[in-house]
Amino acid sequence: MSANAELKRPKAPGKLKHYLTAAIVLLLLWGSAIHTEATFGELIEGFPNMFDLLEEMFPPKWSYFDNIVGAMLETIRMALVGTTIGAIMAIPVALLCASNFAASWWIRHPVRFILNLIRTVPDLLLAAIFVAIFGLGPLPGILALSVFALGLIAKLTYEALETIDRGPLEAMTSVGANGIQRIIFAVIPQIQAHFMSFTLYTFEINVRAAAVLGLVGAGGIGHYYEVTLGFLEYDKTSVIIIFTLAVVLLIDYTSTKLREKLL
Amino acid sequence: MIELRNVSKMYPNGTKGLDQINLSFAKGEFVAIVGLSGAGKSTLLRSINRLHDISEGDILIGGSSITQAKGKQLRMIRRNIGMIFQSFNLVKRTSVLRNVLAGRVGYHSTLRTILGRFPEKDMNLAFGALDRVNIIEKAYSRADELSGGQQQRVAIARVLAQEAKIILADEPVASLDPLTTKQVMDDLKKINQELGITTIINLHYVDLARQYATRIVGLRAGRVVFDGPVSEATDEVFAEIYGRPIEKNELLGEQAV
Amino acid sequence: MIKSWNHIIQKPKKNRYRWFIYLALAAVYIWAFAGVPFTGFKETAGQITKAIVTGIFTPDWDFVYLPEGEDLLRGLLETLAISVLGTFISTLLCIPFAFWAAVNMSRTKAVSGSGKMVLSFIRAIPEIILALMFIKAVGPGSFAGVLALGLHSVGMLGKLFADEVENMDNGPVEALVSAGANRLQILWFAVIPQVLPGFLSYTLYRFEINMRSAAILGVIGAGGIGTPLIFALSTRNWDRVGIILLGIVILITVVDMISGAIRKRLV
Repeated sequence: MSANAELKRPKAPGKLKHYLTAAIVLLLLWGSAIHTEATFGELIEGFPNMFDLLEEMFPPKWSYFDNIVGAMLETIRMALVGTTIGAIMAIPVALLCASNFAASWWIRHPVRFILNLIRTVPDLLLAAIFVAIFGLGPLPGILALSVFALGLIAKLTYEALETIDRGPLEAMTSVGANGIQRIIFAVIPQIQAHFMSFTLYTFEINVRAAAVLGLVGAGGIGHYYEVTLGFLEYDKTSVIIIFTLAVVLLIDYTSTKLREKLL
Repeated sequence: MIELRNVSKMYPNGTKGLDQINLSFAKGEFVAIVGLSGAGKSTLLRSINRLHDISEGDILIGGSSITQAKGKQLRMIRRNIGMIFQSFNLVKRTSVLRNVLAGRVGYHSTLRTILGRFPEKDMNLAFGALDRVNIIEKAYSRADELSGGQQQRVAIARVLAQEAKIILADEPVASLDPLTTKQVMDDLKKINQELGITTIINLHYVDLARQYATRIVGLRAGRVVFDGPVSEATDEVFAEIYGRPIEKNELLGEQAV
Repeated sequence: MIKSWNHIIQKPKKNRYRWFIYLALAAVYIWAFAGVPFTGFKETAGQITKAIVTGIFTPDWDFVYLPEGEDLLRGLLETLAISVLGTFISTLLCIPFAFWAAVNMSRTKAVSGSGKMVLSFIRAIPEIILALMFIKAVGPGSFAGVLALGLHSVGMLGKLFADEVENMDNGPVEALVSAGANRLQILWFAVIPQVLPGFLSYTLYRFEINMRSAAILGVIGAGGIGTPLIFALSTRNWDRVGIILLGIVILITVVDMISGAIRKRLV
C-alpha cells in the first residue's frame, strides 16, 4: 500500500508565490522603517520620557474641568450641526448616485467620482483649508464635518438604495403615483431606518473628529490641547483627555443602542 | 477496550443527558448506536473522548480512566481515539494534506508541528491514508473545493493518519446523499475489518445500522434500552427504542442497501 | 351612511414617550443651531477660495521633486511609510487583545467583556492626541506618528479581529481536541487558518484609514505630508497647497484601489 501511495502521490504545488509575497511585505516594512527612522533603541530610550509624561499627567487637575465644559459643548454642537447638514445634503446626492434612480450614466458616475474624491481628503485637512478661507472658529470645523458626513452618508445610502425591493415601487407605479409619491410611499419606508443608522454612525465619527479640529483652529475642545501642552500643564491635558473619553464613550454607547433598535 | 461504568450526565438546566449507562466495547467491534434525536447518542459518543464531561461514573479506555486524566495524559488518551463528525469539521481554507496531518499533532512537540516539520513517516502515513479512501490526487486541493462525500473521506483519512485504535463517528453520513453514504460507510467498514479498529457510530437510519454493524445499542431518553447483536435487533426492538413503529424517514431506502 | 371602522379595529396606540422624544430632539437642535456663531464670512473668503481653486488647477509642479529634499514625493513616501509601519505594529499588538475580547476564547463573559472595554477605551483616544504625547517621548518626527497610529489602530483592529474569532466555525477546534492536540496546536491548526484571511482583510482596511490619518499627523509635527501642507497654508502659498492636495488625493486613491483589489481576492 505504501509503495502504491508513493507512486500516486501528487507533486506539491510551488511555494514561490508565498515567498515572493513575504519578500515584498518585508521589503515594504524595512523601507518604511528606514524612512521613518523608526528604531527600537529610540523607543526604549524614549520610554522613560513617556513615563515622566504620564507621571506629570496624574493626578489630573480636576478644577480645570470648569474651563473646558463650554468648549466640550461646542464640540458636540459642531458634530451635531455638521452631521445634520451633511445628512440633509446626502439625500439628493445619494439619489443621483443610485443606479436604480439616476437615469443617466453621465450623472451617476461623475457624482460618485466626486464623492470618492471627497472621501480621500482627511477631515482635519479639510478643516485646515476652511480655516484658511473663513478664519478661526467653529464655522470652518462645522463645514469640514458637513463635507465629511456628506461623503460618507451619501455613499452608504446610495449603496443601500440600490438594494431596496423593487416590488413596492412597481405597486406605486401601478396605482398611478408620480415620482415624489413613489419616493414617499415606496422608498422612504424601506430606507429610513438605514439612513438614520448611517447618520448616527457618522455622528459618532464626527464627535471624535470634532474633538481634535481645534488643533488647526477650527473650534471645539481641540484648541485646549495646544494651550495646556504648550504651557507644559500636563495635569490639565489629562482632564481634557478623560473628559473627551467619557463623552465619546457615552455618545458611542447611546448611538449604538439606538442603531440596534433601528435595524 | 472501552468501559462505561454508571455514567450519568446532567446538563446545567437540569435535564438528564445520560442516565446510569453501563457498556463495554471489545476490540474490533463495529457498534451502531441508534435512537431518536435527543436520546443522548451524541452525548454518549462525546463523553467517550471527553469532548463532554460527565457528571457521574467513570469511563475507562484500555484500562485507564479518561475521566480522571489531565493535561498531557488526557491528550495521550485522545490521540488513540479518532473522531468523525456530521459536519466533517475540516479547516475549509487549507489543503487536504494539512487537514490530514492535523491528525498527527498529538505525536510531536508543539514547536515541530507549528513549524510544519512533519517527519517523512508522517507524510507517508498521510498519503497512505488518503490513498486508502481514494482521494490521494486531491492532496493539495483546498478542502472546500471537495464535495461533501470527499470531505468526509478526508476526515476519515485524518483519523487513519492519527493511527487511532478507536473511531467514534457522530452521525457521519447525516449530511450526505444515499450514494456517498454508501461509499463512506463502506470505507468505515473496510477500515474496521482490515485494521481491526474499534468503531462506534451514531446512526439515524435503522437499515444502515443493520447492514453494517455487528452490534446495536439502542438509547432512549439517556438510557440503554437494547444492547445485542444485529440478529436480535428485530423490528419490534426498534419500535421499542423509538417508542413507536419505524417510520419511512428512518429508513434510507432500498437503493443504498 | 358611512360606517366608521374605528370601533371594529382600533388604531394601535403610539408610544406615549414619542412626543417627549420629539420635543427633546427639537430642543437639542435649537440649542445646537442657535449656538453656531454665524458672523458672516470674512470679506477675503471668496478671494482665498478662488486662489485655492486656481492653485489646484495651476499646481506648483516644481515642488514635486526638489533635489535638496522636503518635496512632495518624499512627503508622500513618508506618509506611506508611517501608515505601513503603524498598521504593522497595531496588527501585532492587537492579536492578543482580540483573543482576550472574543467571547468563545474565554470561560466567562467577564473576561471578554473587559477586553472589549479596554479596546473601546483605546479607540476613543484620537491618534493625533497620542501623537502629541509620543512627540514628548521620542521627539517630533515620523516615528512619533508611527507609534501613535500603531497604538490607536489597536482599538478598532482588535475589535474587528475579535468579531472574526467569534464568527469562526468551532468544528475544526473539536476535531483537533479529539486528535489530542494541545492549546497552541489547536490555535495553529484550527483557529489561525480560519481567521487569517479575515485578519488580513481588516488589516488592509485599517491601512487605508491609516493613510488618511498619516496625512494629517504632520499638522502637529509627527511626520508626513501634513507638515509642508500646513506650512504652505500658513504662508498662503496656494499653488503649493494645490499640488500637495492633488498628491494626497492621488496617493490615497491609488492605495485604496490596490488594497481593495487585494481584499477582494482574500475573501
